[in-house]
Amino acid sequence: MIVTVKLFAHFRNGRFKEAEKAFPDGVDCLHVIQSLEFTARDMGIVMVNGLHAALDRPLEDRDILALFPLVGGG
Amino acid sequence: MDRILRVNLTDLTTRIEETPGEWAGLGGRALTSTIVAREVPPACHPLGPNNKLVFAPGLLSGTSASNSGRLSCGAKSPLTGGIKESNVGGTAAQMFARLGIKALIVEGMPKGAAWYGLRVTRDGVAIQEERELVGKNNFAVLEAIEGRLGKKAGVLSIGTAGEMRVTAANISVRDPSGKLRSHGRGGLGAVMGSKRVKFITIEDEGAPGIQLADPDKFKAASRVFTKALMDHPVSGTGLPTYGTNVLVNILHEAGGLPTRNFTSGRFDGHESICGETMHETIVARGGKPRHGCHAGCVIQCSQVYNDKDGNYLTSGFEYETIWGLGANCTITDLDDIATADSIMDDLGIDSIETAVAFGVAMEAGILPWGDGKEMLRILREEVGQGTALGRVIASGAGAVGRTYGITRVPVVKNQGIPAYDPRSVKGIGITYATTPMGADHTAGYTIATNILNVGGQVDPLKKDGQVELSRNLQIATAAIDSTGMCIFVAFPALDIPECLPAMIDMINARYGAELTGDDVVALGRTVLKTERGFNMAAGMTSVHDRLPEFFRTDPVAPHDAVWDFTDEEVDAFWNF
Repeated sequence: MIVTVKLFAHFRNGRFKEAEKAFPDGVDCLHVIQSLEFTARDMGIVMVNGLHAALDRPLEDRDILALFPLVGGG
Repeated sequence: MDRILRVNLTDLTTRIEETPGEWAGLGGRALTSTIVAREVPPACHPLGPNNKLVFAPGLLSGTSASNSGRLSCGAKSPLTGGIKESNVGGTAAQMFARLGIKALIVEGMPKGAAWYGLRVTRDGVAIQEERELVGKNNFAVLEAIEGRLGKKAGVLSIGTAGEMRVTAANISVRDPSGKLRSHGRGGLGAVMGSKRVKFITIEDEGAPGIQLADPDKFKAASRVFTKALMDHPVSGTGLPTYGTNVLVNILHEAGGLPTRNFTSGRFDGHESICGETMHETIVARGGKPRHGCHAGCVIQCSQVYNDKDGNYLTSGFEYETIWGLGANCTITDLDDIATADSIMDDLGIDSIETAVAFGVAMEAGILPWGDGKEMLRILREEVGQGTALGRVIASGAGAVGRTYGITRVPVVKNQGIPAYDPRSVKGIGITYATTPMGADHTAGYTIATNILNVGGQVDPLKKDGQVELSRNLQIATAAIDSTGMCIFVAFPALDIPECLPAMIDMINARYGAELTGDDVVALGRTVLKTERGFNMAAGMTSVHDRLPEFFRTDPVAPHDAVWDFTDEEVDAFWNF
């Protein structure tokens, strides 16, 4: 299945902004995160299709997974 | 004992007063709101002689505590008709504190047409007639005062917008780089203009300085506090690198980035204005990604943004400004937005209120969506020259909506709603509705917990837990705003257990007090109740604690979210 992965802030350094990636059916967010050589501890905000998601959430074909380090503003 | 300086413009007299015992434990917002509630008749005209403009440094301002250099300014707001506290960095708070000035109260109104400057020194405050700088904007005022008094003098000034008494007028405050920061919200610059005070200067030569009751205890607590600020990923890493503008992409992704005057929660042009792009641009042009708004700031969320030729263009270039002219007006050229930021600083108008006003103006057809150049022309030639159109826009989003018959006007208590859509980030909607300040994200920043996963997690799209979240944050914020601390200390305070106790220990070590966490919460509650009491006496009711109707009727993409709280649910906020 194809998942669109979006990276933000310093996650983009040496990686990419947005990419379509192929994964086996049914993998969860953590699988994708680890495939990019991140750890769960690196994650600040994880969103699937614009909704906050747990790391063990299974992904579906054409999902959009957005990964942010812990950042903020105001 | 710190003193109160009082300036009366009606009879052109000044006084130095002992601080009343009941005000001794107050600072910042707690003090400005207490004084306004005590001394300003709630039904008075905000631009008349009975309103008062009150400045107060926080309880920890002037000490070596990190991030403690914030100044509170209070009055009855000409924008909202209610009480206002506006909070700013710059050098003034620390100078007031070192001079032993608990508060500066500016009251009355001159009978003639003359303008005045106020000069604060260790001997008190003097009123001097001002001719040269009347009609000048902020950068010229800063430069002229530097010529008169040197680089060290603190400055609070109004631009021509404040002289015109438009309700988006702010009070500008000199920062350590000689540029400026703003008491932006609520039109306090119009109050200063109504009193015909063009500027206030502060010189702290020979100041008595801060006497700590327990220097060792203070030092130990300060070390713990600073470590917490540096250790937390938001205050220690995220804010210094990307500034507040890192939020563009986060809110876009979450569907909470108000776009095209609040008709969508996502903006196609987000990548051209986002914090990541801005960071690259700043670095490529030799600007500074890190910059503090006051001495002793360890977060450094501000920045210096240069133009294409590498020359200084603006600083203190915040997410809310970039969102407002960017997504909300669909302008995608960050240089146009930075230029607007600089012009707004110079004229002395609030970059949130003005940006929200431009969104309504675009909906009204006054200028095309996304037309950055026409937006700049209107700022320069209409607002800057004080034409009728310029004055309407500089009177805020509500004024534009009323003038042009627009119903989608994002305001609460007539103050423009900032950068987070309350339909898809519901906690901030409770804050917008209930804060006595009018729509103000900083009053109870639920984005931390709704979106950023700081201080736990509360689902932004559900109603559950939002009222409690907003209440707890508004109480905490009212207390933090009273300490002189930057509100961004809330990020570590929400997640790192040692942070808040260390801040309380510093207050105790400064004053020889024995405050507990409960006392600080009680202070925050009292501040909110005092402010609400003023608003009620000024004629507001719970009906003023409501979001505009269109948030109920118009779903916002991508989640098709609507504002679905009942009035009773919103009013339950005040059950404390």
